[in-house]
Amino acid sequence: MTKSKLGIDFNKVQRARDVAAKIAADVQRFADNYTTVAVERTLCRLVGIDNVDDTGAPLPNVLVDDLKNKNVLEHGALFFLGNAVIETGQSPQQIAERVASESLDITAFPFRTKNEVAQALQPFVKASIQQITERRKKREHYLATIGEGSRPYLYVIVATGNIYEDVVQAEAAARQGADIIAVIRTTGQSLLDYVPFGATTEGFGGTYATQENFRIMRGALDKVGEDVGRYIRLCNYCSGLCMPEIAAMGALEGLDVMLNDALYGILFRDINMQRTMVDQFMSRVINGFAGVIINTGEDNYLTTADAVEEAHTVLASDLINEQLALLAGLPEEQMGLGHAFEMNPDLENGFLLELAQAQMTREIFPKAPLKYMPPTKFMTGNIFKGHLQDALFNMIGVWTHQGIQLLGMPTEAIHTPFMSDRYLSIENAKYIFNNMRNIGDEVEFKEGGIIQTRAKEVLDKTIALLEELQEEGLFTAIEKGIFGNVKRAKTGGKGLSGVSMKGTHYYNPFIDLMMNPKHEEL
Amino acid sequence: MSEGLYNTRSNDFDQTLDLTKIKPYGDTMNDGKTQLSFTLPVPAGDEATEAAKLLLRKMGFDNPQVVYYKELKEGFTFFNCYGSYTGTVDYTKIHVPKIDAAKWSMQETDAFVKENIGRKIIVVGASTGTDAHTVGIDAIMNMKGFAGRYGLERYEMFDAINMGSQVLNEELIAKAIETNADALLVSQTVTQKDVHIKNMVELVEMLEAEGLRSKVILCAGGPRISHELAKELGYDAGFGMNTYADDVASYIAQEMTRRKNP
Repeated sequence: MTKSKLGIDFNKVQRARDVAAKIAADVQRFADNYTTVAVERTLCRLVGIDNVDDTGAPLPNVLVDDLKNKNVLEHGALFFLGNAVIETGQSPQQIAERVASESLDITAFPFRTKNEVAQALQPFVKASIQQITERRKKREHYLATIGEGSRPYLYVIVATGNIYEDVVQAEAAARQGADIIAVIRTTGQSLLDYVPFGATTEGFGGTYATQENFRIMRGALDKVGEDVGRYIRLCNYCSGLCMPEIAAMGALEGLDVMLNDALYGILFRDINMQRTMVDQFMSRVINGFAGVIINTGEDNYLTTADAVEEAHTVLASDLINEQLALLAGLPEEQMGLGHAFEMNPDLENGFLLELAQAQMTREIFPKAPLKYMPPTKFMTGNIFKGHLQDALFNMIGVWTHQGIQLLGMPTEAIHTPFMSDRYLSIENAKYIFNNMRNIGDEVEFKEGGIIQTRAKEVLDKTIALLEELQEEGLFTAIEKGIFGNVKRAKTGGKGLSGVSMKGTHYYNPFIDLMMNPKHEEL
Repeated sequence: MSEGLYNTRSNDFDQTLDLTKIKPYGDTMNDGKTQLSFTLPVPAGDEATEAAKLLLRKMGFDNPQVVYYKELKEGFTFFNCYGSYTGTVDYTKIHVPKIDAAKWSMQETDAFVKENIGRKIIVVGASTGTDAHTVGIDAIMNMKGFAGRYGLERYEMFDAINMGSQVLNEELIAKAIETNADALLVSQTVTQKDVHIKNMVELVEMLEAEGLRSKVILCAGGPRISHELAKELGYDAGFGMNTYADDVASYIAQEMTRRKNP
């Protein structure tokens, strides 16, 4: 390990990591025994079920709801699909269509052995594994041929509500220098227990995440990337009640980055914690296999809590997110762990404290493409000052070698970005990144000074918090409000009714196939 | 006519302040100086610059200047412009109906409630009718709040129940009775064809029929809601653009205290 510029004791870092690993292992023991409606819908999609019924309900929902209503969700969708495939000789898609038209009872067929089910489903399983593998290879080919922008990647959002208008905005951003385009989701999508279908043109504050919208945007970015000679990554959100489902759709359509946090939905969207923990595991298995960089949402703690006082909650959550991701087979190189520049701009030497924390995060997660969030909480509508706040944020981004710089917009807190807002932000970042490119390699920090002291203080508080979390167990700790001051009950929140213990016939081959990609060419 | 970067023409306009005819101020009274930026969906070039100036003239600006332009992508050009505005408004005739309450921080409101009410204030909020938008009610109620202002969930002395979107007026009233709510917050984001008016009025009528109207503080909010409109429809207060949880919380705390000690 290289020497710390901050005088951080890496033995302490290891201790923090060990405690976080125990917390994660505890959660994983729970998650391994359960499935959810979202996981089952994901498996439906991964054996080729798509489209909607006459009423517009997605077929994966129709099929999984049917199992839930018949109280057999515990055995999982694939077991019943396998039985039906053997009996009817039809594909999962045809079977789902017949379930939707009520001309077939999927639970009425003789129960087959796990081997028979596996064999019957094998061609469908193989097809999606191949599609995801090809998508991954296509990205790798682009990176090897046309290349990519230098880090920190410039990440901007588009949020018109209309996927076709989003394409226009995204193309403009890519031509101006953006490396990652995130299509913000319409407000409230995280609480939908289904994924809408088809191309959409109406959203509020964002655009529906649908597989067709993914396809449209990925196609557009491939084209503009070829034109500008730089691969443009596409980001969306697998968070909320459809975490793993959206991960699967993104994997099939070649998305590159996914918001995916183990705790965010629980704390900030009041989604049930059991549901979230089971869903996040499956979603990360898929993201890991697809080569998708996940972005975690630690910045959100600081939008409610104070960025100086609560900095250690960010680091603690980063460490837990890291350990949970490792358990799902997601490599460090794909962990866009989150942190943020959210201190009150009136704070004396606030820049030094921000610099300390950003450098600390960099040193603790040396391989991770860290996701650095811009100021939002203290953006006021004074676009001129806001542009300066974003400039300070950009200086720290390049100084501390962040991986993904979420560009702040001067018009934050006013409206979703205009084309010109994005231009101004990209210009700001490019100017600073270029003008200060190697400052981090040149400047060292004073021993025992403000910056070093701050980093050590945050690390010490993080260890104390992690130890408290481990002692309680994560679920109980969240119930008591130890994390982020938010109390959530283990049996409260949205989506608990969609959680089921796995039954005797339960079958899900994707976890093994995706976590051990040696099976890739099966 | 000279429209160069530096205008050396003498200021041949009246430079005394007249509140019945105010206009923007740059560095000389009544110079009307205004800065604008916008994007036009045309390629950069002389024609684009001319189009920007013509637009400024149509907006009512004299001496329009394009000081910077940049093509953002083919067919879209961004402009920074200046001009001297020609119109005026009568400042002395302006009347804005306002909510009669001081605006406090979360800490001040919590302290006031502890002192004067002595228990948590129960607030039930919902985006009602067919409106599926939770952005408004979430901004006011959720822990995270909006634009750096904490939502009501964050307040120590508020018990905030957010019912989410597409809540029927019947459901909102049932929840108000069940929780013994002190205040109801109705969020309306979609206002096309005045769909919100009918729904908002219906709630007032239903509350009256249940004998609840005078027992709760009834607030409406949304980007197209004004205090004036809310009062007209039978609400106690309306919260429009640029109002946040702190506006709502401090109003409710003060209004409850007023009602307690008439």
